[in-house]
Amino acid sequence: MSDLRELYQELILDHGKHPRNFGAPEHADREAKGHNPLCGDRLTVYLVLDGDRIVDARFDGAGCAISTASASLMTETLKGRTLAEAEQIFAKFHDLVTGGRSHLDDPELEKLEVFAGVSEFPVRVKCATLAWHTLKAATEASSDAVSTE
Amino acid sequence: MTTISSPDARAPLAAELPTIRAAYPALGRRVHGKPLVYLDNAATTHKPLAVLDAEREQAMWHNANVHRGVHLLSQEATERYEAARSTVRSFLGAAEDREIVFVRGTTEALNLATATLAATRLGPGRDVLLTGMEHHSNIVPWQLACQASGASLRVVPLLDDGSLDMEAFDRLLDGGVAVMAIVHTSNALGTINPVQAMCAKAREVGAISVVDGAQAVPHGPVNVRELGADLFAFSGHKVYGPTGIGALYGRAELLESLPPWQGGGDMIRTVTFEGSTWAEPPARFEAGTPNITGAVGLAAALDHVTGLGMDRIAAHEADLLTYATGRLLADIPGINLIGTAPAKAGVISFTLDGIHPHDIGTVLDHEGIAIRTGHHCAQPVMDRYGVPATARASFGLYTTREEVDALVVGLRRVQEMLG
Repeated sequence: MSDLRELYQELILDHGKHPRNFGAPEHADREAKGHNPLCGDRLTVYLVLDGDRIVDARFDGAGCAISTASASLMTETLKGRTLAEAEQIFAKFHDLVTGGRSHLDDPELEKLEVFAGVSEFPVRVKCATLAWHTLKAATEASSDAVSTE
Repeated sequence: MTTISSPDARAPLAAELPTIRAAYPALGRRVHGKPLVYLDNAATTHKPLAVLDAEREQAMWHNANVHRGVHLLSQEATERYEAARSTVRSFLGAAEDREIVFVRGTTEALNLATATLAATRLGPGRDVLLTGMEHHSNIVPWQLACQASGASLRVVPLLDDGSLDMEAFDRLLDGGVAVMAIVHTSNALGTINPVQAMCAKAREVGAISVVDGAQAVPHGPVNVRELGADLFAFSGHKVYGPTGIGALYGRAELLESLPPWQGGGDMIRTVTFEGSTWAEPPARFEAGTPNITGAVGLAAALDHVTGLGMDRIAAHEADLLTYATGRLLADIPGINLIGTAPAKAGVISFTLDGIHPHDIGTVLDHEGIAIRTGHHCAQPVMDRYGVPATARASFGLYTTREEVDALVVGLRRVQEMLG
């Protein structure tokens, strides 16, 4: 079961059960809906901006432990970042969960390193990246729901 | 009219399971270091050696195109392909071989039914009646046909236990319904619908009945004439046969009245640039070179299950369903069964409090247990019961009580880890 613990790390289980930054803010400058048709997960990402800097990032919706924890940890990571920085972090995160190595020892990923185990579970990569794809849609101010398909 | 053969008097299937399972090598596999417990039979079943051998023999020794050549191999291929049609006819209790159209599977069969009926039967005030538990493959083609023809979709709602609301069915089925398209056994809920009564009522109002039998055929005896279905579709791979082959049964007079679907070789009588004339059914609906090897494999699969006895398979799976339902409710706190209709096949759809089905599936997989998680291509069912997805364990003729026990242990492990 050790490899399963690689996926379901304590931090992921914690954020999956007790997501941070959960619930819509009173006002959002950007928002987008994401949907993973494979498992029915749906979430909405909200951004409060000051210029191009993310002042607050929140989300709501329903999903599995991986997608919920990923959204929760993503919103924590994003606060204080610029939109351009957020995009760079997504690129590194995507590399991380698909088995790439560009993220190694990158301080920007901080807690997101706990998702490294996802790369051993290809069918769960979409769960881990749903929030990030939705974030990308929000930063691009696309109003359509994004899909991981 | 022929009648279903009398109930099989042989001993229960359970006594023969070790021998039966030996014919399915994959069942002896290990997954993540654990013995495989395969409980995803509603998605697809494994194939016994008899099916694999039949396909290999066909491809190795009798490979040729059908209905074309004068040479011996082509004659052999044609004879085997047509013998397979005869096996399907007998398995479904149809009257004539020409009532059996080979297709890729249930989805293609339903698209064929939709396209040909839309052209001749649907229009404003000539509606389609579906149920709330249809698979997407029995919803989407009709939606497209309704948009094109101006017909409306009517949908029979579901009761809380996963049964059809038959009072609503009676209200919705009137002379304005041209086609009733219904699932026989629900893949998401396990519910077995009263198809015989529904087809009889459809006939009274002059509606054509289309039955999605994908989940019915593997789990018990089916006789299309006793059901009174006009069209009946099923897939080979859900009844221990190959993927890419299935059949559409159609009542002979109805098939004769339907226009062609796909155009191509084998479906015509004459072709000129001014116009063409069509072959009689079933060739009219089998344009192009068919899945000959698949048809031979399907026939082997039907011989296999018929040899074991569909009555005995049904009794075995009913026993497993009762046993599994009891064990899950007794030993798994926080389990919610989605679909508890009195008439139910060996399909258990469920959720666990506080744990997403996708996570259940991943943890069980690491215990060697294969189940399905998701919306089961039946999103309206998920919406009806207010869940984004469910976990689903589905049984086959080779499933054992020990495998049900393993599922219970596995779910406890899921709860320890994620609960």
